[in-house]
Amino acid sequence: MGDASAVARESQDKDKRYDRQIRIWGKDGQRKLETANVCLLGAGPTGSEAMKNLVLGGVSSYTIVDGTKVTERDLGNNFLMDKSSLGQSKAECCSRLLQDFNESVSGRFVAETPEQLMDAKPDFFDGFDLVLATQLTSAYQHKLCDICRKSGARVVFGRSYGLFGLVRISASEHTVVESKPDNVLLHLRVKDPWPELAEYASNFDLESLDDMTYKHVPYVVLLIKLAEAWKLGHGGNLPQGRAEQRDFKAFVRSQQRRRRGEPEGVADEGENFREAVENAHYLWSPPGVPSEISRYFADPACEEITSASSHFWVCMAAVKDFVAERSGGALPLPGSIPDMTATTDLYLDLKRLYDSKAEEDCDWVFDRAIQILSRTPGADPSALGRDYVKGFCKNCAHVKVLRFPTVRQEQEGFLGGASQSSYLQSLLLSEDTAENAFVYLMLHAADRFRQTHGHFPGKFDDGVQEDVGGVKSIVSSALSEAGLPTIPVAEEYVQELCRCGAGEIHTVAAVVGGIVAEEAIKLLTEQFVPLSGTLVYNAIRSTTLRIGKF
Amino acid sequence: MYEGGRWEDVDLVLRREGASALTGPGFEASSELVPFLRSDCRILVIGAGGLGCELLKDLALLGFGNIEVIDMDTIDVSNLNRQFLFRMKDVGQPKAVVAASRIQERVEGCTVVPHFGRIEDKPAEFYRGFHIIVLGLDSVEARAWINETACSFLEHDEEGNVDLSTVKPLVDGGTEGFKGHARVILPGITPCFACTMWLFPPQTKFPLCTLAETPRTPVHCIEWAHLIKWPKDNEMEEFDVDNVDHLGWCHREATERAKEFGIEGVTLQLVQGVVKNIIPAIASTNAIVAAACATEVLKTATMCSAGMDNYMMFMGGEGIYTHTVKYERDECCPVCSPGIFLTVQSSVTLGDLIKRISVHPKALGKVERPSVSHGTDNLYMQGPLEEATRPNLSKTLGDLLGGTGQKALAVNDKRLPRTLRVTLSVVP
Ligand SMILES: [Zn+2]
Repeated sequence: MGDASAVARESQDKDKRYDRQIRIWGKDGQRKLETANVCLLGAGPTGSEAMKNLVLGGVSSYTIVDGTKVTERDLGNNFLMDKSSLGQSKAECCSRLLQDFNESVSGRFVAETPEQLMDAKPDFFDGFDLVLATQLTSAYQHKLCDICRKSGARVVFGRSYGLFGLVRISASEHTVVESKPDNVLLHLRVKDPWPELAEYASNFDLESLDDMTYKHVPYVVLLIKLAEAWKLGHGGNLPQGRAEQRDFKAFVRSQQRRRRGEPEGVADEGENFREAVENAHYLWSPPGVPSEISRYFADPACEEITSASSHFWVCMAAVKDFVAERSGGALPLPGSIPDMTATTDLYLDLKRLYDSKAEEDCDWVFDRAIQILSRTPGADPSALGRDYVKGFCKNCAHVKVLRFPTVRQEQEGFLGGASQSSYLQSLLLSEDTAENAFVYLMLHAADRFRQTHGHFPGKFDDGVQEDVGGVKSIVSSALSEAGLPTIPVAEEYVQELCRCGAGEIHTVAAVVGGIVAEEAIKLLTEQFVPLSGTLVYNAIRSTTLRIGKF
Repeated sequence: MYEGGRWEDVDLVLRREGASALTGPGFEASSELVPFLRSDCRILVIGAGGLGCELLKDLALLGFGNIEVIDMDTIDVSNLNRQFLFRMKDVGQPKAVVAASRIQERVEGCTVVPHFGRIEDKPAEFYRGFHIIVLGLDSVEARAWINETACSFLEHDEEGNVDLSTVKPLVDGGTEGFKGHARVILPGITPCFACTMWLFPPQTKFPLCTLAETPRTPVHCIEWAHLIKWPKDNEMEEFDVDNVDHLGWCHREATERAKEFGIEGVTLQLVQGVVKNIIPAIASTNAIVAAACATEVLKTATMCSAGMDNYMMFMGGEGIYTHTVKYERDECCPVCSPGIFLTVQSSVTLGDLIKRISVHPKALGKVERPSVSHGTDNLYMQGPLEEATRPNLSKTLGDLLGGTGQKALAVNDKRLPRTLRVTLSVVP
């Protein structure tokens, strides 16, 4: 009894504590965060900031990996270092101070360098849901990417370098049902209403309605009815072409009742008629199946369901059948309608119609998904819940599939394959993207510089100009090998690269770490759309560029 | 005091020459810049909430050693998912005070002076005393107020050229969920908050007749309880969004109404969201936007790098997308443009001044029944205040404006398309 109320109180406290984020990703997203075990490589400011944001959000546990000791310089760029830890393990200090942010998160640390761990104990990474890998050079990014593709952990890489930064994700496949786009297409079926909706609309006798009700007929009904009326006078066709569409809108407007005594042309203001005109385009260009979803239908993962297929792809295959066999080209109804001008009763009637049709569509898709699983050897049909199918149907116009190339694929493509070169060439030639595409190439050159010189360019005050020359020659030979053009301010950017001597300026690290955390949250909650490709951050211009046509 | 080594990362870009195309105008690399940040440069942070906590940490770790922070709020449990300077035990304490002490504990040699109170209660001179003002606010009204204050320091010569020594830079950030913005306002040079007011469209309000007669959604039921039923039932008492009893009442009434109309989905969480107008917020977006702002503060203070020009939009919901755009000033902005420039003697009366303004070409012949204000002082008003302010018409400008010098007046008239700014040089 006492235990139960303590548990209830704790969950209430959590609801309050996480209220502002639960409003974004819901209790379901929060639960997923609260079961995630996250590993951080590198307790510098970039890594500390990334993990800080996740600990505040309430992940289950964190493990900090760093083999270096706290120095005076760390106190100046990292809020998770304190003076009492000078000379001691950075991983330990970071882990201890992170704990202050959230007592319900459990933390531990490993005082070894990430590089040592990867070389000596690659199975260390088994069991993490996510690895945040900060400040790794390209060679170890390769290595970690290979290790985690095997273990199944997803990786978010973050790198801060002076006034520049890079972020990218490595994971084999990530699917999202709740992508939560800003702009949602309405699936209203006003063009080809299903029988119950068509009947509901046709039962409205507009003439006989009193003025108050007339102004509150939902625009969905108006569009269906007026489209029918239009068809009668146009050989059974809906408005075709701009001119007819304009005429149709005028026809809708003309159906408004005039105030008593008002001359012709002065219409009563019916919000519902205004909404009907605004949404009339759904009659001639209904949303249908978005091209992205059609691509997913043709994906091998959708065409060949096996016992290893995720429920996501099973549902995709079932929806594909729904579109082909059942609905004549429409996706399952999402089962929600936007608010629109209407009386309470008319709106609720309509809402019930849409809801029950959505349930019916969902039933069909669910049955088909079960059939697919039943005829798939080794698959377990009982593992698929109807709730999941319902969620899939509700969001199916906006679901996403992301497949991230490995670090090796990206970097071999970089200056390697001809198609990648022409892509980079277009970025380097376009004014909007040239500088940040160059920054991307230049940061790779900095790693190569370190391989040959043993230190990052600009490490020593009296060697900056010499290193500028060194980086320039690496960049220009790489560019000319790949047949890529240079950019007008190339030399200035190399100067800026060497000037900051691979320093981690706190606010650049906080932006990069913040973006790393943002991506981690999207991966863990399986909501919104994670970053594909590599993001370049340029703190000089306060701009970013996403590189990659993946 | 310069602690060798501690500020190395930021000192690299301050003591080393940069490429002229990528640094700010007149940048001179110097090892004196870190000491300048440590002891001379004064920064005000407005707001100690989600952005404010991040800003204070960011500025302290860029080496700024003289920071003040102002906030009128106290700490709530729902702040703890992102306002990382606060702990459960701090709930109920003033945000500014706790935030300042946490920064001082961690970052040695950094002084943070807290101000627990409303921004409007500080005199203009308080704001004039800072090199740069950084805004971590969630309200349009507060932004507009501080923008007007910063722009009121701006002085122009008679040709309308900005006196650069009077430009008070503002760096402004804002977030909502996975979205945010960072911007730099150099009053008179880049667009001020009022120049780009359209960036903050007014919130959608429901027509009262929908709430009263045709509710369709849970939100309609909640707004009915909040906006219609409460004032009817509680004539004497204002609805207080922070009062638990009031929220509970609203929840009950909204639930009742929803039941009556057959509407589903009224929850306490939704009630709070609607009546308190809660903006969802997460740690990472605040961290990103605040850090982008703090970087601009460093650039503005030292010119070590080219400044953001002049507005960055951040969108993190679908991949990461940012758009940095150079907005243009509104040449006729009532807040930051010189408007009409007049030199007048302090013995001139307000009535005579109004006559002079009305015949000025920039008044477009549209100033007939004007209201005139000086900052927040109403000098002469139309409507219900006309009678009370009429005696001012025969008073002198010296008396009304508190002596001589440059004074900025705002003139409104129904026939004018917008407020007319009048810059007066009041001479003896
Ligand atoms: Zn302005």
